[in-house]
Amino acid sequence: MITRRTFVKAGGCALVAYAGAPRFLLRAAHATEASGKVLVAIFQRGAVDGLSMVTPYGDPGYAGVRPSIGLQPPRRGESDRAADLDGFFAFHPSLAPLVPLWANRSLAVIHACGSPDTTRSHFDAQDYMETGTPGVKSTPDGWLARAAGARPAKSTPFRAVAIGPALPRTLQGDVGAISMQSLDRFDVRAGSDSTARAGFESLYEQGVHDLLHGTGRETFDAVKMLRGAKASRIPPANGAEYPRVPLGEALRQIAQLIKANVGLEVAFADMQGWDTHVGQGAERGQLALRFRDFAAALAAFSQDLGDKMSDVVVLTMSEFGRTVAENGNRGTDHGHATAMLVFGGGVRGGRVYGRWPGLDRHQLFEGRDLAVTTDFRNLFSEIATRHLGVPAAPIFPGFKPTQPLGLLA
Amino acid sequence: MNAARALVCAALGLGLLGGCTSAKAGEGHVAAPVAPAAPAAPAAAPTRPVTPAPSVSGERQIIHALSRLTYGARPGDVERVRAIGVSAWIDRQLRPRTIDDSATERALAELTTLRMPISETLREFPRPDPRLRAKIANGEMSRQEMLERYPMEKRPARIAIELQAAKVVRAVTSERQLEEVMVDFWFNHFNVFAGKGDVRWYVSAYEREAIRPYAMGKFPDLVRATAYHPAMLFYLDNWLSARPDFIVPVGPNRGRKAGLNENYARELMELHTLGVDGGYTQKDVTEVARAFTGWTIDRPQTDGHFIFRPGMHDGGEKIVLGQRIPAGGGRDDGERVIAILTSHPATARFVATKLVRRFVSDTPPPALVARVAATYTSTGGDIPAMLRTIFGSPEFFSEDAYRAKIKKPFEFVASAVRALGGSTDATGGLALARASAEIGEPLYQAQPPTGYADRGAVWVNAGALLARMNFALGLASGRYPHVSVALPALIAGADPSSPSAVLDRLLASIVADQPGPETRAVLTAQLSEPQITRLSPDDRGPANTDVATLAALVIGSPEFQRR
Repeated sequence: MITRRTFVKAGGCALVAYAGAPRFLLRAAHATEASGKVLVAIFQRGAVDGLSMVTPYGDPGYAGVRPSIGLQPPRRGESDRAADLDGFFAFHPSLAPLVPLWANRSLAVIHACGSPDTTRSHFDAQDYMETGTPGVKSTPDGWLARAAGARPAKSTPFRAVAIGPALPRTLQGDVGAISMQSLDRFDVRAGSDSTARAGFESLYEQGVHDLLHGTGRETFDAVKMLRGAKASRIPPANGAEYPRVPLGEALRQIAQLIKANVGLEVAFADMQGWDTHVGQGAERGQLALRFRDFAAALAAFSQDLGDKMSDVVVLTMSEFGRTVAENGNRGTDHGHATAMLVFGGGVRGGRVYGRWPGLDRHQLFEGRDLAVTTDFRNLFSEIATRHLGVPAAPIFPGFKPTQPLGLLA
Repeated sequence: MNAARALVCAALGLGLLGGCTSAKAGEGHVAAPVAPAAPAAPAAAPTRPVTPAPSVSGERQIIHALSRLTYGARPGDVERVRAIGVSAWIDRQLRPRTIDDSATERALAELTTLRMPISETLREFPRPDPRLRAKIANGEMSRQEMLERYPMEKRPARIAIELQAAKVVRAVTSERQLEEVMVDFWFNHFNVFAGKGDVRWYVSAYEREAIRPYAMGKFPDLVRATAYHPAMLFYLDNWLSARPDFIVPVGPNRGRKAGLNENYARELMELHTLGVDGGYTQKDVTEVARAFTGWTIDRPQTDGHFIFRPGMHDGGEKIVLGQRIPAGGGRDDGERVIAILTSHPATARFVATKLVRRFVSDTPPPALVARVAATYTSTGGDIPAMLRTIFGSPEFFSEDAYRAKIKKPFEFVASAVRALGGSTDATGGLALARASAEIGEPLYQAQPPTGYADRGAVWVNAGALLARMNFALGLASGRYPHVSVALPALIAGADPSSPSAVLDRLLASIVADQPGPETRAVLTAQLSEPQITRLSPDDRGPANTDVATLAALVIGSPEFQRR
């Protein structure tokens, strides 16, 4: 991976740097590439229980299989119960902040979605979902990186950004994605002394073509651009209030990057804590608290961006779902299919997509898990092609899309 | 190192304790790599590379060994290793009990939770009264009042905080560097997350009781010790796993039905032993989970020790990886599973791969992995024997491996302090632990059971690189309280008014005189910056070099990110 990435770097911007010319015409980029489509991908790490997130209360197999963690069916006017979506599915009550997006038809659910690979290993399943190649571990780069890289070249270091301490697998690759924990702290902090900043920049500008130097060069381009754009000073708009949790902080900063017009095309954030083996709770409890933060962060993001959401699509994903039956500890073990959410501009929302496989024992995968009826690549590739306008084949190698979901206008 | 100790080491190197090595102590040259030492290893080694990779020699061998077996070289370490010979030095690091480390223990004395049994941590750090929380929520009590009633030093978070501080102090200070590296490696291999529930109270005991005693011992002992430990039982939920239809007889859940929980069983095979491609099935996961039912925690909130509860145990027959465990085995079922898993060839391969990745390369050479796996098999998973196979291999001392690994954030932080001849107490250790977190590796805070990755690509990214540079600036200019760096000693003898002389000393000291030509050129160019050669404070004497900024640039340079 490193080799390939370095090679491309060497063939691209890096050579310009060697010739001594300005690396990027940053201000020009700033001015002319202001608008464009943005995809925000959110990973629920640890395997979210899709049956609690979007609960199939209309399935006769649901009642009874989860004696202590099953959700009560929705009842009109009772907000502490699940919120009915379509007479069959309902949102977990903690997802209430997302109900308006469902109601105005900008949010869609894809249920029984997942991987054709049957692994129940978090690590492998996340790897497969992030590379977009289920069952293939040798894929050098991530599908989001390939998707961003397939867009017309842009002279900005901010095409692909992850908010977090490390660059996720899905953004590793030739596109040169950036990861940062905080826009505020994204600079060499040497006070008024410019020597150190210039020194570090020179150290990474010169020298061999390797991952460290390549990343260093991207970093300093990004630092300069961000300083110019003053992105971290842009306040949330439209009265949006982000929850003070990592996902809220991440989405607040992704919104700042979008509003600062730095050329963002693909953004990534993740949220931990979905691996609810023990005491996951029902309407209230451990999982309900995770959903509350999750939904509050997504809703705040949508509100903050307002009209700008017409160019933005948010996609949530998780490596697999959880067992249909509750386990011995009022929790759930690793399962198969789960539910994913998509909202934003162009989404034909207010619908649950995907064929429902049913919860009767004979309908379950290996007799225990919700079966996958929508390959996650079907969903992801539709978003890549319809929203980002890139061809699906190179992004999901070896995958032949079946019937499109028709999710995006 | 004093002469007397060097003598002891030489004696050890000659194999007076255990006869594990044929390396000659006191060899004047170091060109020959350490001889593979575990008696069984050479016989079991299946293949040798057909064309050996070019190998590093001379001083670079010392630099390489120091960079891989320690948290980075301190000023003078190269000379110290040269004095006894690299093979004798490696051999000594492989026998940590023979190395006096009382200074480190004294530095940790104030961290009282490090020595507390679990029952005492539970007593000393009581859970917050839920009524207090309610009072804050409805405004009856201010946060300030809460802090007074329930001060930070009485909170269970202190246990993990002291453990973080201790980890840093040990990495910076300990003479048993390889052992500290291995404690970190095995904790990460058998990861528990210090923030999950009762693990808060158990985590320090976990490292002390289940990891550290076996870090240089036998791998199966690590599996066993972690399997029995309350921290692992809690973290991967096995303490709750019971036979189907078990009815909880006592406690708040009295009368509830409990049943099987697969979490530990799966990770035991995927992450601790066989590896994800180790050939087990979902059926094996369920069978292993059944075998471990009843392995639980006695009085987890007041005492917290292992107990086997026969009532929770599934007494039926189990088939694990094709091997039959007859019905009625009770607690021994778990022991049987551990024996099956730790003697499995997939485990040998998996453990060997991880060790080779840590010590040699992000892409472990298959031939070396095979030899280390053979050592595992022939020695029953003896960790020093596997390490000897690695350190004695041409792959370890190959040019391909030299400076090929990127330091993970904690390694970078510790190595920076050590390179600057620095020292820290526990308070400073905590500040340095926070720095490691800023760069991407909060200590004892890896939430998933995979622990932290050991591949450079994971740690190299824009935000983290900036954090490394900022840490370098803060450290070199003395902005970390209770952390001292010895810049004057580092450049002793160099003329402070001669920037190039200062730079030469820093490069020699911090990156062992081996910066890339570009780095030297860039740093030399920096010397002409007016801010680097600044006037002395009283504005009278000759210009003095801004040593701190120069040192920070070297610490933040691409070269120093590698080991």
